[in-house]
Amino acid sequence: MIPTLIIARHAVLETVRRRVFVVALVLTLLFLALFTVASAKAFAAQGTFQFGNNGPVGPAGIASLTTVTLLGLGVFGSLFLAAVLGVFLTVGAVSGDAERGLLQPLVVRPLGRRQFLLGRFAGAASVSIAYVTVLYAAVLVIVHQAGGQWPHYIVGPAVALMGAVTILVAMSLLGSVFLSTLADGIAMFMLYGAGLVSGLLASIGAALNAHTVQTISHDITIALPFEGLYEAAVHTFASNAAGLARIAVNLGPFGAAQAGGTTFYLWAVVYLGLAAVAASVGFERCDL
Amino acid sequence: MTALVATTLQKRYGSVVALAGVDVIVAPGELVGLIGANGAGKSTLMKIACGLVRPTAGEAMVCGAPARSREARRSLGYLAELFRFPGWATALEVLALHQQLAGSSRGQAERDELLELVGLADAAGRRVEGMSKGMQQRLGLAQALIGEPKLLLLDEPTSALDPAGRRDVRTLLLGLRDRGIAVLLNSHLLGELERVCDRVIILAHGRVVAGGRPEELTRAGGVEIQTGEGVRRFPQARREDIPRLVSELVTEGADVYEVSLVRDTLEDVYLQALGRE
Repeated sequence: MIPTLIIARHAVLETVRRRVFVVALVLTLLFLALFTVASAKAFAAQGTFQFGNNGPVGPAGIASLTTVTLLGLGVFGSLFLAAVLGVFLTVGAVSGDAERGLLQPLVVRPLGRRQFLLGRFAGAASVSIAYVTVLYAAVLVIVHQAGGQWPHYIVGPAVALMGAVTILVAMSLLGSVFLSTLADGIAMFMLYGAGLVSGLLASIGAALNAHTVQTISHDITIALPFEGLYEAAVHTFASNAAGLARIAVNLGPFGAAQAGGTTFYLWAVVYLGLAAVAASVGFERCDL
Repeated sequence: MTALVATTLQKRYGSVVALAGVDVIVAPGELVGLIGANGAGKSTLMKIACGLVRPTAGEAMVCGAPARSREARRSLGYLAELFRFPGWATALEVLALHQQLAGSSRGQAERDELLELVGLADAAGRRVEGMSKGMQQRLGLAQALIGEPKLLLLDEPTSALDPAGRRDVRTLLLGLRDRGIAVLLNSHLLGELERVCDRVIILAHGRVVAGGRPEELTRAGGVEIQTGEGVRRFPQARREDIPRLVSELVTEGADVYEVSLVRDTLEDVYLQALGRE
């Protein structure tokens, strides 16, 4: 077996043995249970919405609005939980493990440090991607069961979510090369928060037609492409809705003003490559 | 091929000089002990040899290959001073992982042999988190021996072991020497080094201040003779003076009970090298 796969397998085995999966499963079931209740209640309350049956949005618009908003909420929750999982799997992968003395016996073996990093990345990314995919599928099923609608696009948002999680794992691993476990963890959650704020800024900027706000949001999204990928996923759902319903979705907390696009997806791939190079160079130069 | 050649190795951590031009050679099958105070540069020397630390200047070659190269790392085994294995893994799993990474194809036979060698045969299936520190250190030694290394770098390998464990390690080291494996051993237990090492190197402030075979370094320091009137000391006397001294004391009418040749211990030599009493 090649060294990268040995390390990746070791990382996955660690998540199983340390009962990460058990904890994640329990909390995920809790989230899905709450989401199921929320979805059922939301669809049941559609008739009471004042802009609904006799208002400008109309009954079909309200159903669409409810579906897309719930999907947005579900995707938001899915990404958050997957981000927590991915970050915790990588946040101490280099500095933290070196401080504890776990890393040294491994990297003196003939595998290269680059291969070690790649193995840790592959292990954490595969676990996180599998997790977010399962969670996303569960969200779709729950919303369909409650409201009877499937989104028009299913695969695109799933791929965008997987990309977002992959970038978060790469950022966390990169941080672990240069920062202590605590500093990396704090940095990651602050950056995650900055990404969320950027998404809200984009919505506000679009609603008010404020170009400066939109530019700031766009720049943050370039710096933190996981947010752009998340927005792209949510934006795809909103394409289901039309007219006032679509505007209402995009202005809501789970709407998205930015649509992604080929250039942005290419940038996300380049970003991953740059993170890999920076982590690799940093780790090679690092005294353990 | 020489197991380790370090040439004018220098290492700085910011303004702190850890190594200030160290030359060390370890021949195949040679057991060399490193002695020095905390911060003398012993661990840094070992870390440079196994590729964990980059030297600021100078070079280290392991079995003819540059220290950080894959070829060099294939030739060595390393036990760090502060190391840990994943608590969730069993002893067998730890060894299996390192076998895979080292490219060892000896499988279960090697794992069983190494666990037997370090006295952990009965704990093969036990998780690391359930092991005492001493057991983990034994497992660390087994891990360092995977893949039949030509050079073994052991940084404080007996610090957590009880006296019986230390004796086991001494026996193990002598067995390795017989098999032609070179060992660079760092320990504060000077008596231990004196007993097993072919050669010792004393480091102070990042420099080699003394070195040689233990029996050369530990010079004779006089003769002590216990008589009925107490212990008589002859600081300048040597081994060949003993019959004459005993004869003279008997002639004087003294009762002689015990004669001992006093030698400097490695600790004395170490403290003298560091300029301390």
